[in-house]
Amino acid sequence: MGAVYVANALGAALGIQSDVAPAVAAALGMTGVETLSIDAGGAAGGLAVRQAMLAVAAGAHEAVLVVGVEKVSDVLDERRESALALTTDTDWEAAHGVTLTAQWAMLMRRYMHEYAVAAADFAPFPVNAHANAVPNKAALYRFAISADKLKSAGMIAAPLGLLDCSTVADGAAAVVITAHPDAQAGRRVRIVASTVASDVVALHDRADLLDLQGVRTGFARALAQANISRDAIDVADMSDPHGIAAVLSLEAMGYAARGTGVMLGQTGAITPSGSIPLALSGGCKARGDVMGALGVYQVVEMTAQLRGTAPTQVPGARVALTQCMSGIGNSVVTHILQGEE
Amino acid sequence: MELARHWRLRNARYRLEGSQHRQHGQIVFPPREGRDWQPFPLSGKGTVLTYSEIHQAPLGHEGEVPYLVAMIELAEGPRVTAQLTDCDAAEVHIGMAVEMVTRLLGDTGVDGLLLYGYKFRPEL
Repeated sequence: MGAVYVANALGAALGIQSDVAPAVAAALGMTGVETLSIDAGGAAGGLAVRQAMLAVAAGAHEAVLVVGVEKVSDVLDERRESALALTTDTDWEAAHGVTLTAQWAMLMRRYMHEYAVAAADFAPFPVNAHANAVPNKAALYRFAISADKLKSAGMIAAPLGLLDCSTVADGAAAVVITAHPDAQAGRRVRIVASTVASDVVALHDRADLLDLQGVRTGFARALAQANISRDAIDVADMSDPHGIAAVLSLEAMGYAARGTGVMLGQTGAITPSGSIPLALSGGCKARGDVMGALGVYQVVEMTAQLRGTAPTQVPGARVALTQCMSGIGNSVVTHILQGEE
Repeated sequence: MELARHWRLRNARYRLEGSQHRQHGQIVFPPREGRDWQPFPLSGKGTVLTYSEIHQAPLGHEGEVPYLVAMIELAEGPRVTAQLTDCDAAEVHIGMAVEMVTRLLGDTGVDGLLLYGYKFRPEL
């Protein structure tokens, strides 16, 4: 193992620990190894995977260990909200008391207004996430919820209620990226596409509020790299802290026309037996929103799907999509993974 | 929020001063630096594009919940994110006409210095 790359979004932002990678390496008995800490909010995990892949592809290392880790349960809600709000434009958004959740809520309100949909129309997304998390021993909430229960939940940032808001959670995941020909023969998962795309940070400065440009651009580049169409993707996991996040991503990726992404929830397309199964491990809502660790969790979870060993398995899954983002898609990391034949 | 950081932005925060491009006339907010841009006083009039009522607040806003935040399209074109004041959630709607007022945004913490800036209220 030539290097240890560690993704951690909130350690420094919460004033707990910065530059965590050397500490992780030391704990593993690997002191002296090359280390890299990445703190790009919810995109950190995906960026760490990508940087490891690039280092291996460049021949700098034969193998790189990628760790995603988040520890948020040490602090109270207000400090956590402030740390999360650092991925907004802090002078022009967070300074006015705006939170990341409130930003998603404002996009949801605008979406409801433009396309005449109700808050309840987003319910299938958290309902699906919770149902999928039940068999997942690594999930935070292993219980189902109903659309009725969602309606009666208290507000976090209206129109987003408690049951359509992810819980930021502790968590850790690790993967090894290597090009070694003998590694894990028969169980290997190949990264067939890896992209990063960025967007304007301040939401009010985006020309089209409901277009997640980073998702759209990054996904288009990923499909081109992998030389596949979107229909070839069997399973997916995305930054989905709220139904609106999944809806806007699905529209940006072309799975639904503008204003119709909510229908993918209502028709069951996002469920394990649907055409684009999402949140198979519980998503950010029920697995837990592990922030900087998310992109690494996704690779672990999708690897299980491609090996046929996931707790909520889509039979015969061959191609998987992972997508994680900082803020409202400020940095978006997209990977497409393929299992071995 | 720190005092120095707030003070550098005082013209924008206290009187919603944007910038106008000297050649093309384009009006922007937040203001831009550089010789192509000159200060431009915005009218403070605008309409609500979207809004949210925050119940789970960040540090420094714990005592204010619930409070309203909105994205506002200013009459001159630029958009701005700010709190809504002098109204409650039931009154607010997309398209509502609002105007800028200068109000208390928060303080510097232990120093206790008060920081003022723009909020928006229903147009009188």
